[in-house]
Amino acid sequence: MADHPTHRQIVRPYGDTTGDGMVQLSFTLPLPHDKRAEGAALQLAGKMGLDPALLVHAKAMGPDFTFFVVYGRVHHLVDVDKVQVLEREFPLLSAKEVNAAIRAGLKRRLVVVGACIGTDAHTVGIDAILNIKGFAGEKGLEYYSEITVRNLGAQVLVPDLVERARAERADAVLVSQVVTQRDAHLHNVREMSAAFREAYPAGTAPLLVVGGPRFDETMAGELGVDRIFGKGTTPGEVASYLVHALVTTDGHRRRAS
Amino acid sequence: MSPRRTRLALDPVVVRKARALARRAGAPVVKLARTHTTVSVERAVLRLAGLQGADVEGIPWANRLVDAVRADCGLEHGVALPVWDALLRDGAPDLAVLAQKAAAGAVTFRVPEGRPAARAARAATAAARRGIARIDANRATRDRLLRRYGDPPKPWVYLIVATGDIEEDIPQAQAAAREGADIIAVIRSTGQSLLDYVPEGATREGFAGTYATQENFRLMRAALDDVSKQLRRYVRLTNYASGLCMPEIATLAGLERLDMMLNDSMYGILFRDINPIRTFVDQRFSRQVHARAGIVINTGEDNYLTTADAVEAAHTVTVSQLLNEYFAREAGLPDEQIGLGHAFEINPDLPDSFRLELAHALLARELFPDAPLKWMPPTKHMTGDIFRGYLLDGFFNLAGAMTGQSILLVGMMTEAVVTPWLSDRDLALQNVRYVFNAAGRLGEDFVPAPDGFIVRRAHQVLAEAVDLLERIVDDGLLDAIGDGTFGLMRRPADAGKGLDGVVRHAPGYLNPATDILEGRA
Repeated sequence: MADHPTHRQIVRPYGDTTGDGMVQLSFTLPLPHDKRAEGAALQLAGKMGLDPALLVHAKAMGPDFTFFVVYGRVHHLVDVDKVQVLEREFPLLSAKEVNAAIRAGLKRRLVVVGACIGTDAHTVGIDAILNIKGFAGEKGLEYYSEITVRNLGAQVLVPDLVERARAERADAVLVSQVVTQRDAHLHNVREMSAAFREAYPAGTAPLLVVGGPRFDETMAGELGVDRIFGKGTTPGEVASYLVHALVTTDGHRRRAS
Repeated sequence: MSPRRTRLALDPVVVRKARALARRAGAPVVKLARTHTTVSVERAVLRLAGLQGADVEGIPWANRLVDAVRADCGLEHGVALPVWDALLRDGAPDLAVLAQKAAAGAVTFRVPEGRPAARAARAATAAARRGIARIDANRATRDRLLRRYGDPPKPWVYLIVATGDIEEDIPQAQAAAREGADIIAVIRSTGQSLLDYVPEGATREGFAGTYATQENFRLMRAALDDVSKQLRRYVRLTNYASGLCMPEIATLAGLERLDMMLNDSMYGILFRDINPIRTFVDQRFSRQVHARAGIVINTGEDNYLTTADAVEAAHTVTVSQLLNEYFAREAGLPDEQIGLGHAFEINPDLPDSFRLELAHALLARELFPDAPLKWMPPTKHMTGDIFRGYLLDGFFNLAGAMTGQSILLVGMMTEAVVTPWLSDRDLALQNVRYVFNAAGRLGEDFVPAPDGFIVRRAHQVLAEAVDLLERIVDDGLLDAIGDGTFGLMRRPADAGKGLDGVVRHAPGYLNPATDILEGRA
């Protein structure tokens, strides 16, 4: 069905029957639990487009709050053709293929510097991509014989990152951001990309790659980086992208735009 | 004490060997800690003596004063002799005025000798003793309140507050206490561990947590005292003595009657890239203060499992627990104040993952029978699928019940999604209550088969821990840390943040706080 070129694909949520439009949601209202609170919950669900809305659970949480679970039917239609996503623009390579491409194309090891920047202390993401241990059954970039990895760890200051990238002659800089309170991840990435633009002559900065569970993958241009990876990205995808962006088959280092 | 029931039949010879190896690995580091000081240890002495406040830039007077002393005569002799010598010479009414004068260049410091040195030492010791007396009084108050209300049964339910704003933290903490929390932990602002000063005053601007300040400590303790009185149940308060200001924060915790502090021997080194020697020196002082204050420390072994694999690295947790225990006992902490950590972090897709968790949790329980073990919920394998996460947290709670854990950090199904919502906390507490109501005494019936999977796994982890400790003893602990033995991170002893704040003692070094804490003054 999805491959049919002429058929416009319109969908609704699926409960147990095609087109039933059933969704579930839970929320809390700052009201003591009584009939009025339950009515208020149904009013909210109605305004959110649930029609009919079924209040299946209501429970007091302390004297001033009530927690609700609501099921209901939505009538909204999703036009799948109008959905915009960033499709993967590069082929997925195995570790062996990545190593071979770097050997043939770069004729030296590809250097990656990684860090959590700003106040972010959560190295889970960068470690999943870089450490040999890896993620989702894939070994991290340290495992690749043709990639040299320098993982600077947590809370690296942007000037230090730029300096290390320069000292290591980094081809790519990988930055992970988990903390999103007050949009810290966006501020930090903008600061980082600006620092690299300032420190390197135009077009010579390393490839800037950012990852984290709350990034919008389409925001790379806006944040001044080359690529953003979202939740669930595996080391193999990152390695394949690095080859795609940095290694050409005619032996030259290439920049992706 | 009644004879302890053992469920794993650990070989006492192996257990003794493990402890002996931990002592041999740790002893050289303790020697380093006894012969060095740090800027934060010296600032802690001043804070113990009552120095508070900050200049217009928000830099605490404790920092200004230590920096001024360091510039004039170095810190090799400690800050006490030069500071109280200057105080006596200058006639400044207190340390804050002296610090202001020093900042304005109106006071110069020297290392006094002879009679002035003896006078300065006496005055410094008297000032430090006043701070220690306040810590002792706080401990007595806690003991009195615990007697009045009775101590809640274990496991103590541990809930986290993390708004960034002390004014928001307080009602959330009080609500959490009313919902059943025995312990409230106020998460610190991300990044505070790398600040080389303790911010001042009540703060309302933090990232993913609230700054640890003396005033925030005071406000929260007072708010929990109020709610303790209403509930007739003593609600404990937890914060973090970690990072570059570990000794000062420990001191402030003692001065403001906090009850538990996160205080790991190696966490700052591995996860914050703080210089290893800085960390060990700071840690020893902070643990001496905690010992005096009756504060239960919580160690951070759970963190290793968030970077390394929870099965492959299980023995590194045991090794770290043994090292933390050695360092804690050396600093004067009794077992009842050593809250060794561990976590439920095995990949749930792995066959027998729950049996492995039981083996690891039981191993910690039997190796450290008197320690209030801190049992940490899954984080690494919380995927954002809140329904699956809720089930996983249920199994975490069950493992905690079956293996007799002491401090139960309540797992949130929205881990890795949002900071916990009101409803997340309520649902999480329902999970805890259901499991402990249904199976809280299952430990009585749960005896693993003598040669079964769980027993064999526990023995294997202990054996691997002993092997690793032997290697650490051969290499030296600092080299082992440098080689990436723990959490896969390599941290050499001559690098890392805060190294420039480490100073070797000169002959005649004086620290009146240490002298009192070690029973010499």
